[in-house]
Amino acid sequence: MTASETGSATARARISGWVKKTDRRFIASTVAFVYGLFAILIVLEQGLGLGTVNSIFGAWRTITFLFAAYALITLALNLHWGYTGMFNIGIAGFMAVGIYTMGMLSTSPDALSGQGLGLPLPIGILGGMIAAALVGLLAAIPALRVSSDYFAIVTLGLSEIIRLAAGSRTLSKWTTNTFGFGTGGGSGMDLPGRPTDSILDTSIGESFAELFVIDPGRIDLLLFEIGGEEVTLVSSSILSDFLWSLIMLLVMAGVYWLVRRIGYSPFGRVLKAIREDELVAQSLGKDTRRFKIKVFMVGCALMGLAGILWQGSQGFANPNSFRPVITFYAFIALIIGGSGSNTGSVVGSLLFVGLLFEGPRQVGAIISARFNLGNAPGTFDGAIAPLADFSFQPFLAYAIDNIAPLQFVLLGVVLIVIIQKRPNGMFGDRTETAAAVNLGKQEGNDE
Amino acid sequence: MIYSLNNVNYLQDEHDLANSMASSQWLPGESENPVINAIRGRVLLLLALGVFVTLIIDLIAGLAGVELLEVGGRTLGGDIALDTLIDRLRTGLIVGLIFGLAGIGLSMTYSILNFANFSHGDLFTTGAFTGWGVALLIAGWGAGDAGYLLLARSGTGPNPNEIGASIVASPLAILIGVVVSAVVTVAVALLADRFVYRPMRDREGISLLIASIGVALALRSFIQFVYGPQTRGVTAIEGVQEKNFLGTGMSVDLHQLTLLVVSLALMIGMHLLLQRTKLGKAMRAMADNKDLALVTGIPTERIVRATWILGAGLAGVAGFLYVLERGTMNFNVGWFLLLFIFAGVILGGIGSIYGAIAGGLVIGMVQEVSLIWISSDFNAAAAFAIMILVLLYRPEGIFGGVTTA
Repeated sequence: MTASETGSATARARISGWVKKTDRRFIASTVAFVYGLFAILIVLEQGLGLGTVNSIFGAWRTITFLFAAYALITLALNLHWGYTGMFNIGIAGFMAVGIYTMGMLSTSPDALSGQGLGLPLPIGILGGMIAAALVGLLAAIPALRVSSDYFAIVTLGLSEIIRLAAGSRTLSKWTTNTFGFGTGGGSGMDLPGRPTDSILDTSIGESFAELFVIDPGRIDLLLFEIGGEEVTLVSSSILSDFLWSLIMLLVMAGVYWLVRRIGYSPFGRVLKAIREDELVAQSLGKDTRRFKIKVFMVGCALMGLAGILWQGSQGFANPNSFRPVITFYAFIALIIGGSGSNTGSVVGSLLFVGLLFEGPRQVGAIISARFNLGNAPGTFDGAIAPLADFSFQPFLAYAIDNIAPLQFVLLGVVLIVIIQKRPNGMFGDRTETAAAVNLGKQEGNDE
Repeated sequence: MIYSLNNVNYLQDEHDLANSMASSQWLPGESENPVINAIRGRVLLLLALGVFVTLIIDLIAGLAGVELLEVGGRTLGGDIALDTLIDRLRTGLIVGLIFGLAGIGLSMTYSILNFANFSHGDLFTTGAFTGWGVALLIAGWGAGDAGYLLLARSGTGPNPNEIGASIVASPLAILIGVVVSAVVTVAVALLADRFVYRPMRDREGISLLIASIGVALALRSFIQFVYGPQTRGVTAIEGVQEKNFLGTGMSVDLHQLTLLVVSLALMIGMHLLLQRTKLGKAMRAMADNKDLALVTGIPTERIVRATWILGAGLAGVAGFLYVLERGTMNFNVGWFLLLFIFAGVILGGIGSIYGAIAGGLVIGMVQEVSLIWISSDFNAAAAFAIMILVLLYRPEGIFGGVTTA
C-alpha cells in the first residue's frame, strides 16, 4: 500500500466519521448526495445547456416533493411499528380518510366531481386529521387484541373497505343528496388548490419568479450568445411546486420533532417497552391497551395529514391512488432507514425516492438519450429472440421501454435482501437509551 | 391424589388468569357482573345473527313475492326472482371453489411455515399466465406466431375465437395447460423458498410476511414485464354454453363445469393425501407442534418442500381455472383476489384445509348473493368486513378451532 492510498483511506474514514457524528450531518450529506447525483444524471442525459438548469430543478422538484411525502408517512409509521410494534398495513386507507374528509369539508359545493361544504382549508385539514384519528380509534379498540399478523390483515382489509367506499358512486350520490357532500365515486373528487399558489401570483411572487429568468441584457454580461430571446432558467410552475414542497418540508420537520419528543418522553418509554415485551409492561402496571390506542390515533392523524399534503395537493383525489401498494412503498422506505429510528425514517425515505423510485427511470432516460437503440420491440418475444444472435440491443430497448415493471422487481428484491441481511436497516441497530439523560457520558464512553 | 388436586387447582387458576386477562383487555370501565360481560361479548354475534335472519326472511318473502312490511322506504320481502337467486348462487359456488382451492395452499403455508404469505395471489397469477400461454400455443398451433401465443396474446395476432382454446374445441390443450400451470407455479414457489424463505426459517412471522410482500411485488412486476400490462381475452366461447346438457334441458356452461370437476377432484385428492398417507400425517403433525415433529424424526425440510409443492400447485391450477371461467386476465388478477382468499381462509379457521374450502365457498356466496341487497360497489367490502369481524371476534374461524387438516 502506497502512502497516498493510506492517506486517502484515512481521509475517507475521517469524512465518514464526520458524517456519522450527528444525525443532522447524516441527513444533510444524504440530501447533498441524492441531489448532486440527480444533477449529474440530468447532465448526463441532456448535456450542458441553458435548458438543463430547468430540467435539474424539475428533477429536484419531484424528489423534494416525494421525499417530504414519504418522510411524513414513514415518521407516522415509525410511531406505529418502530416504537410500538403495531404492524399497520392500512396506511393508504388512513390517508384516504384524511383527504376525503378534507375534501368533503373544504371543496366548494359546486365542484364538478365530488361536492364539499366549502369551509376554510384549515378546518378541512384539521377535520381530516381528526377523522383519520377516529377511524384509527375504531380500528384499534377491537383490533389490538389480536396477534400482529392478524392485525396486519385487519388493517389491510379496512384500508380496502375505505378505498371501495370512497370509490362507490351509490354512496357518493346518497351522501350528496342527504348531507350535501360526497366523494364523487370512481371519477374522483375535486380538491381546493394549494394555498401557496396564490403567493406567486402576487407582485412579490412575480418579482421572485423573475429572478430565475434571464433577459438579453444580462446575458450580454455573461457572454452568452442566445439570439436576444428571454430564457427561463427555472419555470414558474416548478417554483410554485417548490414553494409547496417547502411547506411540506417544514411540516415534516415539525412531525420529526413531535415523534422524537414522543419517543423520548415517559409515554414513549412505555411504547418501547410494549414493543420489546408487552407482558412485562403490563406487569409493571401499565395499561398497555390505552397506550397503544393513543399512539395509534396519533399515528393515524399524522397519516391523514401526510395524505392531505401529498395526494391532496394535486387538486384532485382518486380512489385508485390509495391502493395497498402505497403502504408497501412506505414500508420499504422505513425498512431501508431502520424501523424505530426517526433519522432512519427520513434518510430511508430520501434514499427510497432517489435511488429506487426516481433513479431507475432517470438511468433509463440517459440510456435511451445517449445510445441509439432503435425502436423498442412491442413484446417480450420480440425482445429475446435476437438474443440468440447475440444482439442485445432490442432487449435493452425493450427493458428501457418497460422500465416501470423492472423498477418494481428491483423494489421487491431490495425489500427481500434488506429483510434478510439487514433487518434493522441503516439506523435500526442503534440502541435508543430509555433514560432522559445520556448515561454513557458519565462512564466516559464518549470518544 | 394431592398431585391431581393441585393440577385441577392449577388449571382453575390458569382459567381465572385467562379470564381476567381477557376482561382486562376488553373495554375500560368493565362491569364485574359476569352476566353483563357475557351479553357484551355476544352483542355483536346477536346483531350479526339478527341481520342474517332478517335477510333470510326477506329472501324467502321476496321469492314468494310477498310484501311483509315497509320500513323507511325499504320493504321486507317484495320481489326477488328465483332465477336471479339461482344464478347468483351458481356464480358464488364457482368463485367460492376458486377461493377455496387457492386458500388450501395459503392455509397450509400459514400453519406449517407460520406466516401469512402475501405472495400467494401472485403464484395464482403465475399459474394463470404460464398455463394459458402453453394452452394457447397448443390450441392455436399454426394459427399464429408461437411467441405471440406463448405470451398469452401479447402483441398482435389472431383473436381468442380463432385460436380456439376452449374445453370443447381443444380439451387436450386445456388439460396440458392445467398441468403446466401447476408445474411452473411449483417451480417458482420452490425457487422463492430456496432463496427467500429458507434463509429466514428461524425468523418470526412478520419478517417472513414482509419478505413475502417483496416476493409478491417482484413476481407480479416480472409477469408484467414478460407478458405485458394489457388485459387480454384468452378463451374461445363457441359451443361452451351447452343449451341441452346431456338431454336434461338444463343450460350449462362447460367451462364452469370443468372448473367444478377439476377443483372438486383436487380437493378430494388433498383430503385423501392428508388423511391416508404418511406425508399427510407428517404435515398434520408439523402443523400441530413443530418441535415435537422434529423430535419424532419427521424430516421437517422435506415437509416444508411438500407444503410448497401442494400449496403452490393448487394456487396455480386455481389461477388457470379462474381464467378459464372468466375468459380474461391481466397481471393483477391474483393480487386483487388475495384478500378474498385470505377472507375465506380466516373464516374457515387458519390451518384447516376443510375450513379454507368451506370459508372460500362462503365468501364466494356472500360476495354474489349480497348483490341482491347491496350495490355492486360494496359486495367486496361486505366480504372484507366479514373477514375482519371473524378475525376480531372468532379468530379460530367459524368452524371451530381445528388447526390441522
